[in-house]
Amino acid sequence: MASPLIRITQWLDDRFGAASFQEFLRHKTIPLHRHTVWYYFGGMTLFLFVIQVLTGILLLLYYRPTPNDAFESVQYVMTQVRFGWLIRSVHSWSANLMIFTASVHMFSVYFLKAYRKPRELTWVTGMLLLFIVLGFGFTGYLLPWNTLAFFATKVGTQMGGSVPVVGKWLLAFLRGGDEVTGATLTRFFGFHVAVLPGLATTMLAAHLLLVQRLGMSVPPSVEKRITEGRETAKLMPFFPNFLLRDMIGWYAALGVLGALAAIFPWELGTKADPFASAPAGIRPEWYFLFMFQTLKLLPSKVLFLDGEFAGILGFSLAGLVWVAVPFIDRQVGFSRITRVFTGLGIFALGYIIMMSALVFK
Amino acid sequence: MKRILSSSVILMLALASSGWAETKDSCVTCHSALDGPLAQPPKDFASDVHHEAGLSCSDCHGGNPNDDSMDAMSAAKGFRGTPPKSKLPEFCGRCHSDGNYMRRFNPKLRTDQLTQYLTSVHGKRLKSGDAKVAACVDCHGVHNILAVSDSRAPVYPTNVAHTCARCHADSHLMADYKIPADQVARYEKSVHAKALADGDASAPTCTTCHGNHGASPPGVTSVANVCGTCHVFFVQMFQKSPHGAVFEKMGLPGCVQCHSNHEIVNPSDDWVGTGSKSVCITCHAEGDAGYAAAQKISDDLAKVNKSQQRAEDILSTAERSGMEVSSARLELSHSNEAIIKARVAVHTLDPAEVGKLTSSGAEVSAKAYEAGVAALHERDLRRKGLGLSLIFIALAIGGLYLKIREIESRPKL
Amino acid sequence: MNIPEDARAASPPVARRWVNLLLGSGVLASLASFLYPALRYIIPPSVPESTSRSVVAAKINELKRNAAKIFQFGSKPAILIRTADDQYKALSAVCTHLSCTVQYREDLHQVWCACHNGLYDLEGRNISGPPPRPLEVFDVHVQGEDVIAARKT
Repeated sequence: MASPLIRITQWLDDRFGAASFQEFLRHKTIPLHRHTVWYYFGGMTLFLFVIQVLTGILLLLYYRPTPNDAFESVQYVMTQVRFGWLIRSVHSWSANLMIFTASVHMFSVYFLKAYRKPRELTWVTGMLLLFIVLGFGFTGYLLPWNTLAFFATKVGTQMGGSVPVVGKWLLAFLRGGDEVTGATLTRFFGFHVAVLPGLATTMLAAHLLLVQRLGMSVPPSVEKRITEGRETAKLMPFFPNFLLRDMIGWYAALGVLGALAAIFPWELGTKADPFASAPAGIRPEWYFLFMFQTLKLLPSKVLFLDGEFAGILGFSLAGLVWVAVPFIDRQVGFSRITRVFTGLGIFALGYIIMMSALVFK
Repeated sequence: MKRILSSSVILMLALASSGWAETKDSCVTCHSALDGPLAQPPKDFASDVHHEAGLSCSDCHGGNPNDDSMDAMSAAKGFRGTPPKSKLPEFCGRCHSDGNYMRRFNPKLRTDQLTQYLTSVHGKRLKSGDAKVAACVDCHGVHNILAVSDSRAPVYPTNVAHTCARCHADSHLMADYKIPADQVARYEKSVHAKALADGDASAPTCTTCHGNHGASPPGVTSVANVCGTCHVFFVQMFQKSPHGAVFEKMGLPGCVQCHSNHEIVNPSDDWVGTGSKSVCITCHAEGDAGYAAAQKISDDLAKVNKSQQRAEDILSTAERSGMEVSSARLELSHSNEAIIKARVAVHTLDPAEVGKLTSSGAEVSAKAYEAGVAALHERDLRRKGLGLSLIFIALAIGGLYLKIREIESRPKL
Repeated sequence: MNIPEDARAASPPVARRWVNLLLGSGVLASLASFLYPALRYIIPPSVPESTSRSVVAAKINELKRNAAKIFQFGSKPAILIRTADDQYKALSAVCTHLSCTVQYREDLHQVWCACHNGLYDLEGRNISGPPPRPLEVFDVHVQGEDVIAARKT
């Protein structure tokens, strides 16, 4: 008698044709070289996203998205619901961790030039995913309706208003009105639990499909060494070798999240009072700090443009160029121009780190 | 010739003068045309409360406002001119002490200012020939008198101290009377000045305790009564306490002895007892009953404060660790209330009275402390749970690692 | 997993069994330690969430006329007064001076703070003594047997 596992797999295969998928998984390989460690970050980001979805669904069982109840419902989860403190703190910490791993993943892909043909669309879908993830962070931050979140949202959405022509409509769209009110909360809640998850799922499906179809890219520097005979091309089966290693990473992440939740629980803060004045030192979450600092440093007028708008325009253009990098850098192999793009990337990364650090000066 | 010229000039200006177009008033038209200080009165008077009531120069100074000539100011026509300082109170009192007259303009205005003034230090000195003291115009202004309720008036509550300071902060002026000149400076440091500045118009200023028209320092025996108009409980307790009778016999002022008169600041618990900041040791020394009582009261206060602080600290720690302690905090507010009441009871100088309150406060804060301990215990349970799950995770990771080693130790396929 | 016969024979069966045991138990135990909190979480707690907006202050015949009681509103004390002319008033009982708990004075028909002799009228207005601000007023309505106090919207 075949083992139960084999019987189930057979049953599924008769109906789903899963065998071909299994075959494919068995043949998936990961290139082994000095930069292999960066391959783990995509999977880690995906794992943390799954954590977010699961803890998010649990939080949905108790959260109430109105100004009168939002703060109280989060307080209820933190204090009365069994293990509510754990679920909520894991959700908040994992959000930050995920943005971190997503950024590491993005920069490692950039520096290893994995965006080159035929992986341009993987890069584009990945960048869109990053923007969606930042959107998750921005909308989710408001949901506890505490003082910090309220004012950070006020400042953050204010920037939308400085876009010329469409600024007023953009602001109204983001805020659900002229000011940050209960309407904003409802809207952000809708974005956070329905719109963004839907977008993320489709973008993720496209991204993963492309990755599976196109396989893992080998960095140009490594390829150069292989063609020059200084290194042999090594491969590791994805299943089970790489996956087991992935799982070690995921378990470690779970341990870190649990420790963070138990030892550094996420703050509740005080309930937002729209009529109180903003407390001193309001600033956005760390992943928006570099933009925040840049806008602070810009003069009120840049040439003929309003300073804040110039900043937003600058970042939008930079973002656009960044997303379009695969279509600009059409090099094949390793050349001097490759170094130029690497330099650009180092500049971007350095800028982000330095600007973020300056906020704390 | 000169007369015709001045008359025609006056006539022209009469047509040009603004704000007075309807009523012909020679005082205004003439004085507006003059130079220097003589032109100031009509300018000031435009905003005066008497002007708003329909009164004019002649209503106080007499004379004939319909007469364009210098004759308007003849004594025969009833002109009173500028009164000498010594006669000023009666000058204003001519109307302001006349109940029938004042009723026509403002029935609820008091009419006893003159009688009050004559009982004041200022009034008495004025009558004995001192023209340097304050009389009506020194506080209220001359021609631009504003109602007390007008925030620009020098006698509006928040402006009173500044007005008194005009003379009472002048050390040269005060030296002649052998009065210190630091009262206003001291007052500005007090809680009363701060309350007034923060918008509480009922907070005391100079006139609240000294009187306005009958301004005098309250006598030593009546200071407590003055403070007691607001601080009711404290004076009641004080009068019944051992200090009440003793202070009166010794001629010591009630509240001022410990709290000062002008520089009244927030008291602290270390004013009570036998420590360096204590006010008790000013009179009491080791061995006497007062010293012992002070010590007991201060000890009880210290005990309940410590208990409160201990509970506060542990609840804050629990809160920062993410624990829910709002009901314990509610308990703590009750013990805080007991401490507040104990501080009031200090004025009975009775250790038993104070002790009752401090011990009930300590009991409540002890309960809150226990709640904090329980919350921290729950926190520790969480960390133990974390530790356990970390062990399982470590096991899983260990298993994974070994599995990888095992798979990859097999010969290559 | 399709592992060829000869490869399987390469690692000793005993060692492999231990590794599998370790891995299996580690994974199972860790999964249990994740699942347990999640399952406890989805069962709602016995204390239902008090909406901070309204609370049952008393039953309808609990108070006599010209009497009051202290009740808990959220985490702070509040006072429900049944006036002499049979009206219900609900106010915050936290004195705005130094946060002592106020009480109802049947002789004065006013709210009094015993700490420093502060007085409030039945609309919460601070009328005498140190309190600098009025007391927060709550809406009161009767629903069946309950007298309910709610935050003003």
